[in-house]
Amino acid sequence: MAEQVARKAGDSAAPPRREAGAFLRDPRVRAVLYQILVLGGVILLVAYLVSNTMDNLEERSIRTGFGFLSNEAGFYIGETTFVAYEASDSYGQAFVVGLLNTLRVALLGIVLSTIIGAIVGIARLSSNWLIAKLASVYVEVMRNIPLLLQLFFWYGAISFLLPSVRDAITVIPGVFLSKSGLQYAVPVSHPIHPWMGLAFLAAIAACVVYYKWAKRHQAETGREPNLLLPSLGMLIGLPALVWLAGGAPTQMDVPELATFRYVGGTSVTPEFLALLLGLTFYTAGFIAEIVRSGIVAVAWGQTEAASAIGLSRTLVLRLVLLPQALRIIVPPTTSQYLNLTKNSSLAVAIGYPDLVSVGNTTLNQTGQAIECISIMMACYLTISLSISFFMNWYNKHIALVER
Amino acid sequence: MRRTKWFAAATVAAFVGAAGVAQAGDTFDSVMERGTVRCGVNTGLAGFSIADDQGNWTGLDVDYCRAVAAAVVGDSDKVEFVPLSAQQRFTALQSGEVDVLSRNTTWTLTRDVSLGIHFAGINFYDGQGFMVPADLGVDSAKQLDGAEVCVQTGTTTELNLADYFRAQNMSFKPVVFEGFEESLSAFFAGRCQVYTTDKSGLAAIKSVDAPNPDDYKILPETISKEPLGPSVRRGDDAWFAIAKWVLIALVQAEESGITSDNIDDMKANSDNPMVKRVLGASGDMGEKLGLDPEWAYRAIKQMGNYGEMYDRNVGMESPLGLDRGLNAQWTDGGLMYAPPIR
Repeated sequence: MAEQVARKAGDSAAPPRREAGAFLRDPRVRAVLYQILVLGGVILLVAYLVSNTMDNLEERSIRTGFGFLSNEAGFYIGETTFVAYEASDSYGQAFVVGLLNTLRVALLGIVLSTIIGAIVGIARLSSNWLIAKLASVYVEVMRNIPLLLQLFFWYGAISFLLPSVRDAITVIPGVFLSKSGLQYAVPVSHPIHPWMGLAFLAAIAACVVYYKWAKRHQAETGREPNLLLPSLGMLIGLPALVWLAGGAPTQMDVPELATFRYVGGTSVTPEFLALLLGLTFYTAGFIAEIVRSGIVAVAWGQTEAASAIGLSRTLVLRLVLLPQALRIIVPPTTSQYLNLTKNSSLAVAIGYPDLVSVGNTTLNQTGQAIECISIMMACYLTISLSISFFMNWYNKHIALVER
Repeated sequence: MRRTKWFAAATVAAFVGAAGVAQAGDTFDSVMERGTVRCGVNTGLAGFSIADDQGNWTGLDVDYCRAVAAAVVGDSDKVEFVPLSAQQRFTALQSGEVDVLSRNTTWTLTRDVSLGIHFAGINFYDGQGFMVPADLGVDSAKQLDGAEVCVQTGTTTELNLADYFRAQNMSFKPVVFEGFEESLSAFFAGRCQVYTTDKSGLAAIKSVDAPNPDDYKILPETISKEPLGPSVRRGDDAWFAIAKWVLIALVQAEESGITSDNIDDMKANSDNPMVKRVLGASGDMGEKLGLDPEWAYRAIKQMGNYGEMYDRNVGMESPLGLDRGLNAQWTDGGLMYAPPIR
């Protein structure tokens, strides 16, 4: 295209100015010149749009700038993740709460949808007719109903099917289920808890070391040490030991029915639950198809060859099929993760205080639409790029290593 | 990187593109050219702005828009109603999508000063209240400590709610919805024990939206002042004056006893100088506004005076059945007080 334009420009130039045409036809010049022109055009356009916006805002005396972020927000947020928030805190802090709420639902959704998607995807290939058909029905239903409707469905189901707070279902003592969500007992905060967390991290590190040792051991001796039991033992045992050493505190913060709702313990709100269920089941439908196509894409000969050397069906799946299928599965799955994260912004429809919900409220109270929208876009862009970055790293990690 | 840049450019363009539509001072011209007034209204609030199954809009806020259209264009039907959510309303006005915003909007300092809009007056004095299920056993807002409250986002309601509970040293848990319908259906489904909005809104919800009005009650406390009124874009003083004085003329008409029924008689026979000035029989009030002499005559003739609008939409003749209260004429002990039309 650029070449054609260049040629035309050269043709139309009058004979005495042939040198200019020749200059334009020089591939080295062309390679740089047109890029500079395009870039300059983009910069001019952006500059024009920004200055026009600023002029318009000025003319109508609409306040601009990010100074409002340190002002008192004045509104409450229904649920918070990790950080405490009061109405007297700033808009900036409100944004942080919204962002963390988004991250919480997105991360949980990614983990759960991957698990469910993998199970359903493999189930579609099952030789059991019923399981395969059920998995197909799941995929078709989930993929073909708009997510917003699914969210309304889950939220409606929770609001209508569950009893009101006063008649809450006691699932097990200390765990109550009602229209106000799931309220459950948690251990009363104790100084030993952070140490238990540390012990758990140490156990994970120990598992990694043990796993590497096991691999080496197997390579040297041909015998595979048991992996599951020692790992589980470390993961549960280490924190338990710390807990015992800390005097085994057993005091629980049990929810009790106050005038209107259960107070104490921790709760999962219906809004969060509906959003998580909707996002998870919807995205799992897509991931299932990706997993299935990834497995089918590995040549049948691989399976036959693996069986021929005497590997069991599980080992065929684990050692031959999945490592090759993963290379096909990971890139499209990355975009599903991105979709899930972005789709979480539908939370506003069902009252979950995610980034967009908090951002919209702020936008309305301050009237600074451009700033608020920019913040939201920057947040989603950062989250999405982080996910992409991680998944690309993982993709490289599992890619075929050519020798 | 390139993608990021385009994204930013596209976003800015979206804002500016909209903002470029209107320029200062030309709202009147563009209304005359178009032949209609574009009016931002609520998506559906009985008594204020609601569309029936044939798409006919009714309500106090809607009638104000029709009165403006009657005064400016000459016909109260020459209105394009643009239903707006609480969130969209200011952006729609700022960007020129609507000429007037008449959407039960509370006049506050922040909105008046930093949103690029002007409030043209007050057409309804309201206050925020609480609605609870009758069987909750609550008689006062002071008993609401710890309750879950359903509320619509982007409103002063959300802020008043926080202020009230902070002042009373009580706690609550907000469940915030973007949509009015969603917030209501969550409340009726029992997700929250309390619903809060302006008291006129509560009356509308109780009488029109509730499955059974007797199952709900409105608590006596009024926790805020909510002066609701129409607003226009900044930077167009001529249009601002028209929006302001149409509202004043409607209120003055009630005070002077001019109704849609007796208006022709009054115009022909009244010797009252105020009545003559309002109806264009003397003076040059219309000319000063850049309109013809019969601007107020048409508005009152076609839509009735403020009192008629009130009774028809939210007053005793309507399902809401609100008494005049603060919205009575100042001569009757209310707050409706029209500056002199002279």
